[in-house]
Amino acid sequence: MAAANGRPVAKRRVRLLGGLAVAALIAGLGVFWAVTAPRAVSAERLAAIEAIEADPARGERVFWAGGCASCHAEKEASGDDRKRLSGGLRLTSDFGTFVVPNISPHPDAGIGQWTLDQFSNAMLAGIAPGGSHLYPSFPYASYVRMSDQDIADLFAHIKTLPASDATHPDHELKFPFSWRRLLGGWKFLFFDDAPRTELADGDAQLQRGQYLVEGPGHCGECHTPRNLLGGLKTDQWLAGAPNPEGEGRVPNITPGSPSLKSWSAADIAYYLESGFTPDFDSVGGSMVAVQKNMAELPSADREAIAAYLKTVPAR
Amino acid sequence: MKLRLIFTAAAFGIGCATLAFAADEPQKERQELMKGVGGATGTMAKMVKGEEPFDQAAVIAALETISANVEKFPELFPEGSETGMETEAAPAIWENMEDFRAKADKLQSDADAILADPPADLDGLKAVFGPLTKNCGACHETYRIKKS
Repeated sequence: MAAANGRPVAKRRVRLLGGLAVAALIAGLGVFWAVTAPRAVSAERLAAIEAIEADPARGERVFWAGGCASCHAEKEASGDDRKRLSGGLRLTSDFGTFVVPNISPHPDAGIGQWTLDQFSNAMLAGIAPGGSHLYPSFPYASYVRMSDQDIADLFAHIKTLPASDATHPDHELKFPFSWRRLLGGWKFLFFDDAPRTELADGDAQLQRGQYLVEGPGHCGECHTPRNLLGGLKTDQWLAGAPNPEGEGRVPNITPGSPSLKSWSAADIAYYLESGFTPDFDSVGGSMVAVQKNMAELPSADREAIAAYLKTVPAR
Repeated sequence: MKLRLIFTAAAFGIGCATLAFAADEPQKERQELMKGVGGATGTMAKMVKGEEPFDQAAVIAALETISANVEKFPELFPEGSETGMETEAAPAIWENMEDFRAKADKLQSDADAILADPPADLDGLKAVFGPLTKNCGACHETYRIKKS
């Protein structure tokens, strides 16, 4: 009896379990699809940015603060050549090689046909025109903290820069990192606009420094170590990291840094202005291009950055 | 007693030989040359920043140090000196030796050009200091790797 009826019962159980598994798989795929879907900037915020009267001259300050030229101008470019955002630089990483795009205002090779909404979505949500995810090698995970005014001014400024017709191959990434949809998962885990540090008081200079370092300056993208999935180890904010391009290290720039802890705020500001350390060694590596940008800022901005760096938690 | 003396003398001799050997290492020698360039740069930078008064003789001495040191500098990267002694020399030096030498030559010729008509006052120094020291970052951007 038991043996005669056992088989159909077992079969039914298998069928039930199979059904549950398929349902779970579908549900899982649904969750995956929902989690990884690109999420654009809200319509209200896009409208607010559109409503701003943009000032391209003011946008130049944002352009230098944002370090656009460090990656998008040609390597070792100097003088006005740093304003030609022709792209082409190859950034090596554990995930493969990223090829920096042309973001000059050229209508075909660059971003000349982009709307302000598309630009805002790239800067604040990491979404390309057409709706796919952008790789966080473009530091939107920092730019997300930028103000509406700065976004509008920067877009207006980029429109005034020289156009370049240079075209480049796609990124050369390893599977599965070549599948952009997965970046939705990366964003779900690591992408938000929360402050990186809690400032004790509302000092205006410190707030300006925090804005520049955590937002447009995107200092943490190189100076903070990352986990295996490429997310910042936020408890190690600005504590230094391996050089992604090979040998050497990107230094710790917190007050606990062995090499920087003896620097005063004035020393930091002078370094950003001149490229000289307190013992007159000079800036090197990728920081050379960054320092050239910082030198273009008003001295109050460099002093604000220095003041902020003296107050972040020592690591 | 005599034996101890011999041992001490021998140990001292080995110590001296090691020191002399270490000083001859190209890695050490080029580090010392760069320290000299940094010190000379500092002399002028302090005047530019207004921390020290303008002193033409000191400016000339600093420029002479830079010119002399950077002349010897590119000769100190023989095969086999790519690593060791905490060198911060980038592998790119040996991949682009010609460009590396050209960058050193440019710093030297820039320093020599200023020496040919040295600045007479602080404004004169300010005018040449920026362009001269652009050479530092221009070379360190590609050819120097920070290890810490």
